[in-house]
Amino acid sequence: MQTRSHITFLLNGRTIEINDVGADDTLLDFLRIDQRLTGSKEGCAEGDCGACTVLVGRLTAVGLVYETVNACIRFLASLDGCHVVTIEYLGGPNGRLSAVQQAMVEHHGSQCGFCTPGIVMSLYALWMQHEQPTVKQVETALQGNLCRCTGYAPIIRAAQEVTNFGTPSAEHLTTERDSVVAALNSLRDGKRVEVAKDDSRAILPADVDDLAAVLETEPTATIVAGSTDVGLWVTKFLKQLSPAVFIGQLDGLKEIAVTEDAVTMGAGVTYTEAQDVIAEHYPHLSNYWDRIAGWQVRNMGTVGGNIANGSPIGDTPPVLIALGASITLRKGANRRVVPLEEFFIAYGKQDRAAGEFVESITIPRVSTGHHAAYKISKRRDEDISSVAVGMTVQVENGMITAAVLAFGGMAATPKRAAAAEAALVGQPWSEATLVAAANKLPEDFQPLTDMRASADYRMKVAQNLFRRFWHETTGDTARLASA
Amino acid sequence: MKQTVSIRGSAHTDLIHDSAIKHVSGGADYCDDIAEPIGTLHAYFGTAKVAHATINSVDLSAVRAAPGVVGVLTAEDVPGVNDVSPTGRHDEPLFATEKVEFWGQVLFAVVAESRDIARRAVELAKIDYTPLDHVIEADEAVAKGYPHVTPPMTLKRGDVAEGQAAAAHRIQGQMRIGGQDHMYLEGHIAFAMPGEDDDVIVHSSTQHPSEAQHMVAHVLGVPSNAVVVNVRRMGGGFGGKESQMNQFCAVAAMAAKKWQRAVKIRPDRDQDMETTGKRHDFVVDYDVAFDDEGQIQAVDNTFAARCGWTSDLSGPVTDRALFHADNAYFYPHVKLQSRPMKTNTVSNTAFRGFGGPQGVVAAERMMEEIAYKLGKDPLEVRKANFYGDTDRNLTPYHQRVEDNVMPRLVEELEQTSDYQARRKAVLEHNAKGGIIRKGLSLTPVKFGISFTATWYNQAGALVHIYNDGSIMLNHGGTEMGQGLNTKIAQVVAEAFQVDFDTIKITKTTTEKVPNTSATAASSGTDLNGMAALNACEQIKERLVRWACDHFGVEALLVEFAPNQVHVGDKTFTFGEFIKQAYMSRVQLWAAGFYKTPKIHWDREKGQGRPFYYYAYGAAVAEVSVDTLTGEYTVDRADVLHDVGKSLNPVLDKGQVEGAFVQGMGWLTTEELKWDDKGQLRTHAPSTYKIPLAGDVPREFNVNLADWSENRELTIKRSKAVGEPPFMLPICVFEALGMAVASVADYTECPRLDAPATPECVLMAVERLRG
Ligand SMILES: Cc1cc2nc3c(=O)[nH]c(=O)nc-3n(C[C@@H](O)[C@@H](O)[C@H](O)COP(=O)(O)OP(=O)(O)OC[C@H]3O[C@@H](n4cnc5c(N)ncnc54)[C@H](O)[C@@H]3O)c2cc1C
Ligand code: FES
Ligand code: FES
Repeated sequence: MQTRSHITFLLNGRTIEINDVGADDTLLDFLRIDQRLTGSKEGCAEGDCGACTVLVGRLTAVGLVYETVNACIRFLASLDGCHVVTIEYLGGPNGRLSAVQQAMVEHHGSQCGFCTPGIVMSLYALWMQHEQPTVKQVETALQGNLCRCTGYAPIIRAAQEVTNFGTPSAEHLTTERDSVVAALNSLRDGKRVEVAKDDSRAILPADVDDLAAVLETEPTATIVAGSTDVGLWVTKFLKQLSPAVFIGQLDGLKEIAVTEDAVTMGAGVTYTEAQDVIAEHYPHLSNYWDRIAGWQVRNMGTVGGNIANGSPIGDTPPVLIALGASITLRKGANRRVVPLEEFFIAYGKQDRAAGEFVESITIPRVSTGHHAAYKISKRRDEDISSVAVGMTVQVENGMITAAVLAFGGMAATPKRAAAAEAALVGQPWSEATLVAAANKLPEDFQPLTDMRASADYRMKVAQNLFRRFWHETTGDTARLASA
Repeated sequence: MKQTVSIRGSAHTDLIHDSAIKHVSGGADYCDDIAEPIGTLHAYFGTAKVAHATINSVDLSAVRAAPGVVGVLTAEDVPGVNDVSPTGRHDEPLFATEKVEFWGQVLFAVVAESRDIARRAVELAKIDYTPLDHVIEADEAVAKGYPHVTPPMTLKRGDVAEGQAAAAHRIQGQMRIGGQDHMYLEGHIAFAMPGEDDDVIVHSSTQHPSEAQHMVAHVLGVPSNAVVVNVRRMGGGFGGKESQMNQFCAVAAMAAKKWQRAVKIRPDRDQDMETTGKRHDFVVDYDVAFDDEGQIQAVDNTFAARCGWTSDLSGPVTDRALFHADNAYFYPHVKLQSRPMKTNTVSNTAFRGFGGPQGVVAAERMMEEIAYKLGKDPLEVRKANFYGDTDRNLTPYHQRVEDNVMPRLVEELEQTSDYQARRKAVLEHNAKGGIIRKGLSLTPVKFGISFTATWYNQAGALVHIYNDGSIMLNHGGTEMGQGLNTKIAQVVAEAFQVDFDTIKITKTTTEKVPNTSATAASSGTDLNGMAALNACEQIKERLVRWACDHFGVEALLVEFAPNQVHVGDKTFTFGEFIKQAYMSRVQLWAAGFYKTPKIHWDREKGQGRPFYYYAYGAAVAEVSVDTLTGEYTVDRADVLHDVGKSLNPVLDKGQVEGAFVQGMGWLTTEELKWDDKGQLRTHAPSTYKIPLAGDVPREFNVNLADWSENRELTIKRSKAVGEPPFMLPICVFEALGMAVASVADYTECPRLDAPATPECVLMAVERLRG
């Protein structure tokens, strides 16, 4: 395998080529400290406030795509072959204001101004997709942006009226598009990248086979996909990642295949990339999906990473377990398939060997039965679940023939509620049956109290969700319009 | 020929924030954006990982030995006094010495070649403690006999026992009110540059540069004139940067002097939230007596506050809670007591409203109690208790309410929001007994304006006109997003009748205006606007006197017209006029000064006129609550708020909207949680949830009472706007209560504690269902 020992990417209007890049150097520090592009701000360094939002453009199967990302938890090494656009460049090289910026000025969308660059970046990305976004779309685009001053009202007004200030086709990023595509294409050389700073090493395999090969020689390496978990290990816990193997750039892990029986997605598929296929084939997950993190994090974070991270409060495991999903693990040339629920062994322990990686996730398609996915959190958007649940119940002739109820936030791993499931199977499909099953839940779980929720609340709300499930399948209003 | 056009950006017009274009393009510089000189060092705090303990030993050898570390600072290195107490109580050591009093207390600072090195190095400290019992809650502090951090206050009028005896009803209860982290998007930061002799310049994100200056001088043991503190703008303050920057400024300055290099200190978000103070949490014990109509006869309330390990600003904060314990209501007989309790938590501090919101929310709880008890619409009870115009207008602190616009505000809002019809609809909806319940509530706010420490009610400004006619404006206030600079520049533009763009707004610096007060208590524009105007008037007076002499005309014939000056039959551009004045040796700059008239306060007696005037507002909220999960949404909110004759209506409206959402956060999802060990577990936005765009009321109608004018002679008859609207969203909280109460057919006051998280709401639903 040929290797290259520097990374190259476009930063605004320039090509950057650097070789002293460590595994845990962040994009935000690179921008603010090395490049003195101080328009992007640090508000939290954990992906939660959006003050550091920048656009990352990359070549995909559908062409050049720009997405918002959190520069604070995005690693510099992962930007090889990308176009990074910061607030300073949005209006173009001549320093004019883009339409989004003008709208924000005219609608008084800034007060202290510290959140503003990040908000402008999110609204810009939104406007590129929807010239006249609905309030709902604006809210979704801003899930990852905190503003403490304005109360968002003027920002939402601005977002809805950007079109009065210009058209996307006249924007600088649109007019220079062809030249950027050409430049990014010219950066692709199909080589493995190995860079280092002092003794901190980062490796970007050339393709999936190369990844398998790298992991054979570096079995203890930290795999970094979207870095929305790993980033925080560095910025909050000061962990050193070296050697780190970056996989977010691998097209081979981004494939989505839909067959008659199942949807299979590569481990590198981000939440955003999965959104359409999820909404189409698992409509009950559509809203739920939009409540995982904020937009920037969904643009970076992968389902594979959510699973591999093994957290008891990850949002995808419960709902995927309820759908009977399995994962394919690969080590070298060997692959094995593991039912997702069996992957989680104990807190912090998964069924994954050193040097093994998650290659893909297979989710059976649903044709019959009742399906639900619920997320309960203190704040509706961009919050970690107190309780997350996926429910699948098969009913024949009014009788329950099968049930899978998988919970997050209730135990040390994402886990099925065996006693509650047993109380369903063989019983008539009725509210009474669901309440009886809910009453069994304390046999399945003894949840913890922490800063997100008390044990009592977790249990109570988990039980009440059985009633929501019943009411919703019978067409009653059983939750808030926005939930 | 005289022109009739007017200037751009005069007072009382909508104008964008003066930095708006820089905000949106990333060109607005905050402290961390200032270019660092070669050799800049970075400091970081090492903090205690225990809530209460005696310190047996501190071993920093590994910290010092870490590559890239330049040195460490501890109490022994303090050249002056190891204290940063903002009120001179001398109770706040910069570095702990013998004892740790809260988890997160600063023990030492490390100074290193990079921030990353400094952050990693602090982890190498070895500290040996003997843990002691700790206290987190205010009522627990009372029960365990913990001391007050500062003397408590009592406000008294009438005879409570007599009022209680005469009343038909009496309710006693307790309400727990959570604190709030400021969560300014820009965290604390200080950046110090050493100068010659004793001198040091400190850039910081602070609402109170003068105090930072005095505190740096105190810690360095140098006179105040050696220290300059600068702030161009803050990325939000909200009270959190009124005293809490002291420790950062002091350490940056100490290190800069010691190593003779520029030194920056910027905590990460976790350390910022662990180590700096927040809004005070309160436990309010209330005892309200009232008649069959719901009119209050007597109130006897105690306000215990979690102040933390030192006094900081807890004295005036708990005082202000009492000053607002009446909100908009007349209490015939009243006794209010504060209990500023010491606790083993970070020392709580100023936060928008400064104790007032806790007083107000407790008053509103009493209104709810009365309404549920009597089966009335809470709005009726509120109206029955409003202050009167000529009688029933004496506050518990013996100031008369003379400018009461509340009845008019509430009546207008009731109409425009269609309150009665919507209440009926909500009641009907709930009567159907579904899972989603609704609530509707209208609550008022009356808020006293002035610092209760009377001497803070002074301000200075410096206005320069350069001989090309351009103007530089400087004043003692600080810009944190509220648009203070814009509003004051509008005042100056209007005074000279020049376009707004003629005026350059500069950073706030202790070099230009000394002895400034904090930009706080909503007073920034009131005080500094008047001082700036005073400076303008002085210059204008000189100009007019000179023009009369020079051109031989009467003063009446010298007129400042838009961008021009008419002198008799001559007309000059402003620039020409100024140039001539300069050539004639007229002093073209002035220092302005202002002190608020009429106010006085005797804390011992609990009597006086602490407030120059009151600001008023009211809001209605409608909510939906999921009674299976406790989740909720705010479907609609309508606000009518009084800012007097607004200097800049669109900026004022922005303050009202922003305050509403911030106040909503305080009462809904913003929860501070400590664990058993006394560690704050909600110390970053991942765990501490402030409102997002999706939490804003679906329909949000915010209006200013455009008929209002301040009856006092404030700057252009406007009123302060920073804090008062923070209390408007109490209507959201009470509407949630109504939705909850519906499950028990409104027979019982839901007694929600704040914040009403989904968990708190669901638990109340379950409790009421029995
Ligand atoms: C602000 C914020 C909000 C969030 N909100 C939510 C939320 O609401 N719900 C939720 O569930 N999560 C939330 N998360 C976490 C979520 O984004 C992550 O769990 C994400 O899905 C992980 O994917 P990633 O690609 O970023 O993984 P990374 O962070 O790159 O990696 C995560 C872990 O998985 C390993 N890994 C990644 N890919 C593979 C692979 N192919 N094979 C083997 N190991 C692999 C890594 O080594 C690491 O241990 C949030 C995160 C942030 C920063
Ligand atoms: S700094 Fe807060 S999300 Fe990056
Ligand atoms: S304008 Fe201050 S945080 Fe948004």
